[in-house]
Amino acid sequence: MKSRIPVVLLACGSFNPITYMHLRLFEVARDHLHQTGMYQVTQGIISPVNDDYGKKDLVASQHRVAMARLALQTSDWIRVDPWESEQPQWMETVKVLRHHHSQLLRSPPPMEGSDPGQEPSAPTAAPQLKLLCGADILRTFQTPNLWEDAHIQEIVEKFGLVCVSRVGHDPKGYILDSPILRRYQHNIHLAREPVQNEISATYVRRALSQGQSVKYLLPDPVIAYIRDQGLYTKDSSWQATGTQKGQ
Amino acid sequence: MDKSEKTEVVLLACGSFNPITNMHLRLFELAKDYLNGTGKYRVIKGIISPVGDAYKKKGLIPAHHRIIMAELATKSSNWVEVDTWESLQKEWTETVKVLRHHQEKLEAGNCDQRQNSPVVERSGRKRKCLEERQDSSQKKSLEPKTKGVPEVKLLCGADLLESFGVPNLWKSEDITRIVADYGLICVTRDGSDAQKFIYESDVLWKHQSNIHLVNEWIHNDISSTKIRRALRRGQSIRYLVPDLVQEYIEKHDLYSSESEDRNVGVVLAPLQRNTAEAKS
Repeated sequence: MKSRIPVVLLACGSFNPITYMHLRLFEVARDHLHQTGMYQVTQGIISPVNDDYGKKDLVASQHRVAMARLALQTSDWIRVDPWESEQPQWMETVKVLRHHHSQLLRSPPPMEGSDPGQEPSAPTAAPQLKLLCGADILRTFQTPNLWEDAHIQEIVEKFGLVCVSRVGHDPKGYILDSPILRRYQHNIHLAREPVQNEISATYVRRALSQGQSVKYLLPDPVIAYIRDQGLYTKDSSWQATGTQKGQ
Repeated sequence: MDKSEKTEVVLLACGSFNPITNMHLRLFELAKDYLNGTGKYRVIKGIISPVGDAYKKKGLIPAHHRIIMAELATKSSNWVEVDTWESLQKEWTETVKVLRHHQEKLEAGNCDQRQNSPVVERSGRKRKCLEERQDSSQKKSLEPKTKGVPEVKLLCGADLLESFGVPNLWKSEDITRIVADYGLICVTRDGSDAQKFIYESDVLWKHQSNIHLVNEWIHNDISSTKIRRALRRGQSIRYLVPDLVQEYIEKHDLYSSESEDRNVGVVLAPLQRNTAEAKS
């Protein structure tokens, strides 16, 4: 068997709260990368954003990390990493990538035993770290002042992007419209979610504040945690106000 | 409104459940929230009734697997359960008969309960229940049902509503009975399409007060067909079906290109029956 390039997928976001849709991004991206025959996805990392991000309705990161951890109890390849949320302030995504990349280079490839069908590949190549995202992020690259061009360039040049798009949406246009993205399009992988399920965290929060069921939209242990901690009730939704920061 | 004045409702979902997905399970949650939110109803139970093998749908795997998967999927639910009656019938059973079966079962249970209770006069009550049972199989009386007998309503997605328009799939008198005697809870993303469909059908229009359209605000398209396709292609179905269902499918290797060929070229039981009846 040709040795495949080990890949670690990193997803940044609010995870406020984590839903099945977030978890699907990882599954779809892994299937897609494996199908290329070139990559072996060894690990997935969920990195909830720092509280200082200041997004409206964002509950404390300790809760968002705890919920992600509960959601990932049953996954043997995705884990939550609280590093970003524990920093004194919000930071740009590219810096989170840099941090995790240096961690990967330092430590031996983790979670080796998670895929028993896989041949123990001899002196493994250094794992690549790729940013996992929904296709919407490509559009936000064009929002003025949200991202620095130098950061976009570093993400697609040095790391790489795996974008999961919905059925019926074609993110190719966003790539062709942007000179930077176009230049590094070989480093942008477009995966398609074969089954549409748009479980936005916004919808989940609204349903929760209205006292409606969110069962089957997120894992049961997460729902139990939300209930026990009294998160996303009407009163808790104004905890953090302020404007969303840029990248 | 006082709790006792609310009509108790049992939601019945009929279908292949081949396999059951999180979307099927969401239908129940959405319908329950909606009906309870009207203030007129109180949903007390949900029933999943997988169709029997005699339905002869392409790719339909044996009922015992579909039942077990549905049971695994509802393990964590405190109000939705699986019923095997329909799947155990030798022949394919019309949905209206499944509704009738469950309504009668509820009424019988209700009578038994009352008979066991020492406070009510037995004879009077028993007669009342028998009358009701006859009513439900013939014509619904104008009087509202006795308090305490829950109403069975059919829970479905928009696809079922629209399948009413497929020639020979449904007997028109069955459609009438379903909407007139029981009622329909239809969860749909595009309410205007469903409303148009109702508007264009005389019988649905007439009984529209018995048809509840529940809006599905987020697009949830986890169809069993797509799940089977992903499985044939070796793609992950994780988080689209409950973990226990995914494990069961993998353990028994339930879906493959061979299983997809089951009943290929066979006419669907309702089409076979209704076409024959139309000719005779």
